[in-house]
Amino acid sequence: MQFMLLFSRQGKLRLQKWYVPLSDTQKKKISREVIQIVLARKPKMCSFLEWRDLKIVYKRYASLYFCCAVEDQENELITLEIIHRYVELLDKYFGSVCELDIIFNFEKAYYILDEFILGGEAQETSKKNVLKAIEQADMLQEEAETPRSVLEEIGLT
Amino acid sequence: MSDVVEKTLTALPGLFESQTGAAKITNRLRQLIKSITELTSKHEEENLIKRELSAIKEQVSSPNTTMKQMREIMVRAMYCEMLGYDASFTYIHAIKLAQQGGVLEKRVGYLAVSLFLNEGHELLLLLVNTVLKDLQSTNLIEVCMALTVVAQVFPKDMIPAVLPLVEDKLSHPKEIIRRKAVLALYKFYLIAPNQVQHIHAKFCKALSDKDPGVMASSLHIYLQLIRESPDSYKDLTGSFVTILKQVLGGKLPVDFNYHSVPAPWLQIQLLRILSLLGKEDQSTSELMYEVLDESLRRAEMNHNITYAILYECVKAVYTIHPKAELLEKAARCIGNFVLSPKINLKYLGLKALTYVVQHDAKLALQHQMTIIECLDHSDFTIKRETLELLFRITNAQNVTVIVEKMLDFLCYVPIKTLTFAPDNSWFIQTMNDVFSIGGDLLQQDDPNNFLRLLAEGKPEEDDQLRLYAVESYLTVLKGHTSHLPQCFLQVMSWVLGEYAHLQESVDRREVIRLLTQLLDQRSVSSETRVWILSALTKIPEGQTDLILDLAESLSSSQDTVLRQQAQELRHLSQDSQLREWVLVENSCAVDSSLSFLDGFVSEALAAGAAPYKPPHQRQEELSLNLEPYSFSLPVSLSSCSITDRQSPTLLSVSSGLSGNSAELSTLILEGVKRVWGKDGYLPQKEATAPPVDEPSAAVQPASQQEAAERIEPRPEPSTQNQDKQQLASSLFVGLGVGSSVSLVRKLFYDGFTASLRGNVMDCLEARSTSVCHYALLMDDPHTNVSLTGTVSYQTQPGHTNTLPFSGTLSTADFIRPLVVTTEEYGKLWLSLSHDVKQNLKLLTDAGDPLRTTLNALKDALQLHVVDIIGSEGIVACRLLSGAPCLLHCRVNGAALAMWLRSPHPALPDFILYHCQRALAHH
Repeated sequence: MQFMLLFSRQGKLRLQKWYVPLSDTQKKKISREVIQIVLARKPKMCSFLEWRDLKIVYKRYASLYFCCAVEDQENELITLEIIHRYVELLDKYFGSVCELDIIFNFEKAYYILDEFILGGEAQETSKKNVLKAIEQADMLQEEAETPRSVLEEIGLT
Repeated sequence: MSDVVEKTLTALPGLFESQTGAAKITNRLRQLIKSITELTSKHEEENLIKRELSAIKEQVSSPNTTMKQMREIMVRAMYCEMLGYDASFTYIHAIKLAQQGGVLEKRVGYLAVSLFLNEGHELLLLLVNTVLKDLQSTNLIEVCMALTVVAQVFPKDMIPAVLPLVEDKLSHPKEIIRRKAVLALYKFYLIAPNQVQHIHAKFCKALSDKDPGVMASSLHIYLQLIRESPDSYKDLTGSFVTILKQVLGGKLPVDFNYHSVPAPWLQIQLLRILSLLGKEDQSTSELMYEVLDESLRRAEMNHNITYAILYECVKAVYTIHPKAELLEKAARCIGNFVLSPKINLKYLGLKALTYVVQHDAKLALQHQMTIIECLDHSDFTIKRETLELLFRITNAQNVTVIVEKMLDFLCYVPIKTLTFAPDNSWFIQTMNDVFSIGGDLLQQDDPNNFLRLLAEGKPEEDDQLRLYAVESYLTVLKGHTSHLPQCFLQVMSWVLGEYAHLQESVDRREVIRLLTQLLDQRSVSSETRVWILSALTKIPEGQTDLILDLAESLSSSQDTVLRQQAQELRHLSQDSQLREWVLVENSCAVDSSLSFLDGFVSEALAAGAAPYKPPHQRQEELSLNLEPYSFSLPVSLSSCSITDRQSPTLLSVSSGLSGNSAELSTLILEGVKRVWGKDGYLPQKEATAPPVDEPSAAVQPASQQEAAERIEPRPEPSTQNQDKQQLASSLFVGLGVGSSVSLVRKLFYDGFTASLRGNVMDCLEARSTSVCHYALLMDDPHTNVSLTGTVSYQTQPGHTNTLPFSGTLSTADFIRPLVVTTEEYGKLWLSLSHDVKQNLKLLTDAGDPLRTTLNALKDALQLHVVDIIGSEGIVACRLLSGAPCLLHCRVNGAALAMWLRSPHPALPDFILYHCQRALAHH
């Protein structure tokens, strides 16, 4: 996979992950172009399109578009299912996810993505294992959170 | 503003309340996001972010900022970057955060680093020590984070530093660590393969890991390795087959199921690996037949994921050494894809078909109808994939239809396809379209190849083609020419210059006038002007006045090349002897040794001139770019051997039909300086050879034979083709006036005679009686057509009698049975687009209700009952002018559910109306 973009129906980028080294200007140009093309597609059209020498695979979930760019010889259907699995993961983690969850917790969405896809390849396809890894890291966060904030309050007051 | 923002705003309070405790830290981010959603213009957003970024800048440089605050700042910075604003001043702080923070800060810091920095970014060097430290940490989470960042962004030069540590992790007790280590190594392999050469044995260990996740990750590496050298991994075939068998047998933990399909990603990886291993290797392929068969069989569930696996499986079956039984099964699978109403599956089906027709072109025949349907699909993606497929099955029979479609679409028309051209006029016309639409986007070789095709034919055989080209170009030039691409103008001027004399009826003055006109146009480039002048040089004989005028007007041109040509033109037109010597008509001989220059050369040498050096030598010595000179050289008219220099590629006109000589000649001509380089001849020969192959395919007997062989195994190619064309015409041409003559004749044989608008078919004179047959066509269905008219006749000379008449006809009068077989009906049904469904009255008064009803309809409306199967009946008819209409009837309780389809949008409605009436009156 070359990159993944999440954007709203208005074309606002919600998440971007690049698995190929590109400059910022290139990234901006590409995402603008891809968002424009995908938004122009009608709902009944197929979820794949050729773009430059890549295949864009996209799917809309409520107000949010999930869009991946894969190499031409890649299997488009399986990419579509990768998107779906990612949505399932988000859904399980946030509990029926909506666009707002992703906007306000975008870093969490990135953590989940990094556990699922690493370096452009599916790393772990078991839902349970991905979420276990995330939960472990989150748990650490909460443990660290409580004593620190107490200390800080003491320090402050 | 939009509804989403509204939703956002209403949902905000709730979000804040629910998250107040745990997420206090990110409140600033929440505020930022909230204020952004309240904005109404891009400008306001820019200002807001600017303020935000300067606040961030202040905070990060303040010594009082704690790590915890820094973490929150970093999240905001990431958000600003995502919106497209530059926050590069925070990059260094992201690294610092990963370096100095606790686990929590590290998590954010590493994420920010992976989002902000590229592999090549110099700041990454500062991260190496942090990564090394974290890889050795006793905290699993830290190790995971370090491995994650290593697998995403890591400087190539620094790989050796972390490699031993990552390698160690392959035997870590925790599977998540092993998995990440495998993927990190995969990444290293991709960016620096030689660095990980020595640890191939360890990959093998990962492949046999007891954790399925680790094993699956190792397949990424293996796929890559096997793609590069399949032969080195043949011994692993057995292992891969066993793994796939276990996966299929449900031996993996259920966690790995996806929509109750066991580990689909793993299956797909394995299928890809197997197909690479089995490619062109019978014994290895034999090892996998069984598991592939099982894989095809298992994937029966109707879910996208099973289709994804099937697609991979079909590809594997067609890649490895063929086994008839498997091929047959795989072909059936493709049918499921292609015929699926789901557009994504259809697309993948077309893609699979495109892949397999390269192995077996016959497969496309089964899906002709779907393919034609997909060609006119509203979705660009489907259309494009279909053209890709058609391109692969182009042959002499279907080339017209296919190229037409390609032109409509205009992605590209490879000249190669055109070598199948059925006749001259079509060929020239199509090339005109290609040139005028595709124009300067065409590959540079295309016009040259086309000219070569024209020039290389034998005079007697190909004069037809040339004549047609001349005529067609004269027509083009008489119209608007300002929009025509330069390459088309060049082609036209060359052809006119070379072949205008073939056409007796053409007025040469007219040709000169047209070409001169082009010279005056501002849009014509100076290169094209050179081509035009070359053409003009060849045409005139006795038209000296026009030429002199032209030469005069150009003699003050600012373009030196043009001025020189004008000068030459003037000399040539005045000195007929020189002209004859230079422009030998139909001159074919090429003095490639340039011996006629010997005298001149020796004179020059004697006078002290430097000896000639070939361009490549000169280039080496001077290392100056001679491009402009060498470019105009072949086109400009030097005073000798003009006929050979007209077109850069046409030096050897003498080579007859033989493909070999064509190739030889082009190898010599096509830019000698490019072929002979520093490194000798061969390596670059390959670079220039392919464009030569394409055009010469038409004249090479070998390739023709190949084409013929490809066609032969197909069952009855001609009937198939007719079938297709008939369908294509019924689909695309529609109700054409152009075809009315033949249709009218048909009407007459049907015994239908009518008067008025129509064509006179026959006048039979028998004694004092004339019988005149006229045919009336209905182009668009109408409920009723009233017609009035008069017949005038003379009983005695000068005595005219007139008889008025009138009548009313309805659509029903124009309906005729369409006799088709059930199979043809099925094909046609799929190809039709406009459908109407309705329930009709079922006649239940006698016997089998369906049969009775259909017979009643047949009697009333001249329909053809194709078949009755159980409670369903299929009926076909057509409008007199040709549009078919298919009816599908099914007994639905007490009613007859009728479903009509036709290429004509209105026809089903009218037929339905008449069926209703017929049944009501029964």
